[in-house]
Amino acid sequence: MIQNIPLSYYLIISTLMFFIGIYGFLTRRNLITMLMSVELILNSVNINFVAFNRYLYPQQLQGHFFMLIVVAVAAAEAAVAIAIIINIYRNFKSIDVENVDEMKY
Amino acid sequence: MADYTYTLLIPLIPLFMFLLLGLTGHKMKPVVSGLIGTSGLGIGAILAYATAIRYFWTGHVAGTSYASIKAFEVSWLHLTEKLTIHLGVLIDPISVMMLVVITTVSLMVHIYSIGYMKGDPGFYRFFSFLSLFSFSMLGLVLATNIFQMYIFWELVGVSSFLLIGYYYEKPSAVAASKKAFIVTRFADLGFLIGILMLSFNTGTYDFQTLTDPHGPAIASLGGAAFMGMSVLTWSLIFIFVGGAGKSAMFPFHIWLPDAMEGPTPVSALIHAATMVVAGVYLVARLFPVYALAAPDALHVVAWIGGFSSIFAAVIACTQTDIKRVLAFSTMSQIGYMMLSLGVSGFGGEEGLGFMASNFHLFTHAMFKALLFLGAGAVIHAVHSNEIKDMGNLRKYLPITHITFLIACLTIAGIPPFSGFFSKDEILVAAFHSNKILFAIEYIVAGLTAFYMFRLYYGIFWGKKTHYHHTPHESPLVMTIPLMILAFGSVFAGFLPFHNLVTSDGIGFESHIDWMIAIPSVLIGVIGIAIATVMYKNESAIPDKIAATFKHLYNWAHRKFYMDEVYLFVTRKIIFRYISDPIAWFDRHIVDGTMNGIAGMTVYAAYAIKGLQSGKLQQYAYVFVGGTVILVLIFVYLT
Amino acid sequence: MLNQVMFFLFGAMIVIFSLLTVTSRKILRAAVFLLFVLISTAGLYFALNYNFLAAVQLTVYAGGIVVLIIFSILLTSHVSERAVMAPLKQSLLSALATVAGATLTLMTILRFTFVPSSAADPHFNITDVGNALVSYNRDGYALPFEVVSVLLLAAMIGAIVVAKKEKMLKK
Repeated sequence: MIQNIPLSYYLIISTLMFFIGIYGFLTRRNLITMLMSVELILNSVNINFVAFNRYLYPQQLQGHFFMLIVVAVAAAEAAVAIAIIINIYRNFKSIDVENVDEMKY
Repeated sequence: MADYTYTLLIPLIPLFMFLLLGLTGHKMKPVVSGLIGTSGLGIGAILAYATAIRYFWTGHVAGTSYASIKAFEVSWLHLTEKLTIHLGVLIDPISVMMLVVITTVSLMVHIYSIGYMKGDPGFYRFFSFLSLFSFSMLGLVLATNIFQMYIFWELVGVSSFLLIGYYYEKPSAVAASKKAFIVTRFADLGFLIGILMLSFNTGTYDFQTLTDPHGPAIASLGGAAFMGMSVLTWSLIFIFVGGAGKSAMFPFHIWLPDAMEGPTPVSALIHAATMVVAGVYLVARLFPVYALAAPDALHVVAWIGGFSSIFAAVIACTQTDIKRVLAFSTMSQIGYMMLSLGVSGFGGEEGLGFMASNFHLFTHAMFKALLFLGAGAVIHAVHSNEIKDMGNLRKYLPITHITFLIACLTIAGIPPFSGFFSKDEILVAAFHSNKILFAIEYIVAGLTAFYMFRLYYGIFWGKKTHYHHTPHESPLVMTIPLMILAFGSVFAGFLPFHNLVTSDGIGFESHIDWMIAIPSVLIGVIGIAIATVMYKNESAIPDKIAATFKHLYNWAHRKFYMDEVYLFVTRKIIFRYISDPIAWFDRHIVDGTMNGIAGMTVYAAYAIKGLQSGKLQQYAYVFVGGTVILVLIFVYLT
Repeated sequence: MLNQVMFFLFGAMIVIFSLLTVTSRKILRAAVFLLFVLISTAGLYFALNYNFLAAVQLTVYAGGIVVLIIFSILLTSHVSERAVMAPLKQSLLSALATVAGATLTLMTILRFTFVPSSAADPHFNITDVGNALVSYNRDGYALPFEVVSVLLLAAMIGAIVVAKKEKMLKK
């Protein structure tokens, strides 16, 4: 049933998603939306893992577990990031990334 | 052959005391640290006496020569098969004699310092430095090879530096310590060159090999010549330059008067009895090489010694600081010893000068240490170094007065004090070798008697000086060393030195030559008489004479302007034409390069620090853009 | 045929909603668009016949992370607030870099011919996945599993400490 769709299509979709995520990361000013862009990027990588697993090594489970571990890491990252963002909000009364530039020369 | 390995302890105990006092002394009570240092030296002195008695009498088979024994030796630096540096202990007549001299004087000075330095905040520091000095000096005389001697030679210089600059809050003391260190260090450069030349040509550092009269070292030398003298002669002259620096011979004498800035016990130990005779010891140690292979070098030694002795004696007559008078007197007496070595031959009766030099070294150590310690007691009582602040002290300081008088009589060569015997031997040796030097020594003998009694009358007789508080005699801990040394000064002359310390280890018969001795005693008495007339009571004669010979007096008073000559040479010539260009090069070219690099770094940092904007998205943008460019380059353009 | 339709449907949804996520000026709405993207991704996994992964995607991502994000949005900004967009210059430059990167990657992907495995469709169920996850044999994943558990624990503690109020810390 997968023969109808080439692997490249999955890769194209994940690539587009990845770079849209990067675009969001570079342009959004709100820290939470930047975090959402990061989630997009992680998700696109997951699609790659799963698709490679399915198409090239269907007998094995590496892609599976990579995807599962990335999801776990993403969850951890989101939790910590949001904790940080809330802390920043408390201290700066804003979560605009332009205001959070104390760490410089 | 008897076992002398235990002599290793004699230098090691002071080293241990130095470490102990230096590291933990600040936690001790001052008296405790003083007692510890003194007891260390006491043990060393007992060991040294035991060694001397064993070596010269009990352990020695009568009628044989005194052997040179390597009591202990380890290979310290093994550089190549041929170049190995050893450390060890060499026992022979002169090193045993020096052991006795050093430990005796050092022990006396230690005891004396407990009283003299009382209440000084750096008490433990003083004693740890004294121990360091004793260790270095003992290591120097026990050295088995010339390289070990050089190491301890420099250690002695360092401890002398530390002790002269002991009162480091006083700018003059700091300047004096630096001067002493630099001048002797400069002379040591000659020593080092001499060592390198000598050992390069002989292939050995070892004293026993070097000084063996039939050994390969002496036989193989004397070939190559440079400027009319053999390489060996040059190397020995260079070595003598090092000895002249340490022994304050002309023209390296300028540091000795200034070194009197140190505490008086230090002057007694280092700058009268032990360190300054290191040069004499060095020449004596290498004496067979000098005498057998390079008589020209020996002439240099003799003339430098003779000139220094009269030069210093003349200056000593005009000085008003009592310690400086004694310093110039020391220089003059060391000149005697050098001269005596210089006129000596090798072996048997020929080696009279060698024996006389060591004899005089021995007696001089006793009476000169006594003079310095006595001067210290006077300074302790009066709180001044200047002769004009003193006078009529004989009632206040009876013990110091008597011992000082004994020392003055000894140095003036009045029989039966020890100075008479040793000086007489020197005069005999000079008489048989060189009449001009002999005449110089007669003059110096008179001058010595004169200036010593000028000093004596100036301190203990003379005008009635009014003191702010009544001077009082020093405590027993200071007067007992004076009495012991006075005892030594009186009786050391009866030691049969001609049987013990000779150039080839074989004793010979020596008699007092009354044809030479009587005139010398007369000259001494005349010197004393003149001093008595001029200085015993207040009189106008000295000022009149000074006014008559105004220029000569001024010259001598200003030490013949030697310091000024040195300053001129260093400031006007060396600093201006050598040091200044080097300094300019260093400041502008060497430093300039470094400063340029630093400046460029700072400039670059200012230029690029804007990149650290703290703006997250800017960083991310650079990261993404950079990755894209790298992928472009590495995937598509290569 | 149905498979293809599903694929293109989900693919189109992913791309469109991704774009909307990063461009929407209302933050809450952006979060909802992200939710759609994640659900579409789960759809792709279904299409690949990986049901377990699709379920994980739905529960953890869509159910967990997005809810977390929405909560934090509600904590830090008003619903009606309109997000400030980047200046035009920054947007253009970012777009340039992004398009260049995407072009490069796509060119690379398209130049390469992937040969799908000819092996038969796998026959494993959720039990196999679970066994492999806790197995310490050659094909087991016990170690990564443990490491991730520790990471999650650390993240949990870290998040609590970081988000705590100062007053509580002082106590």
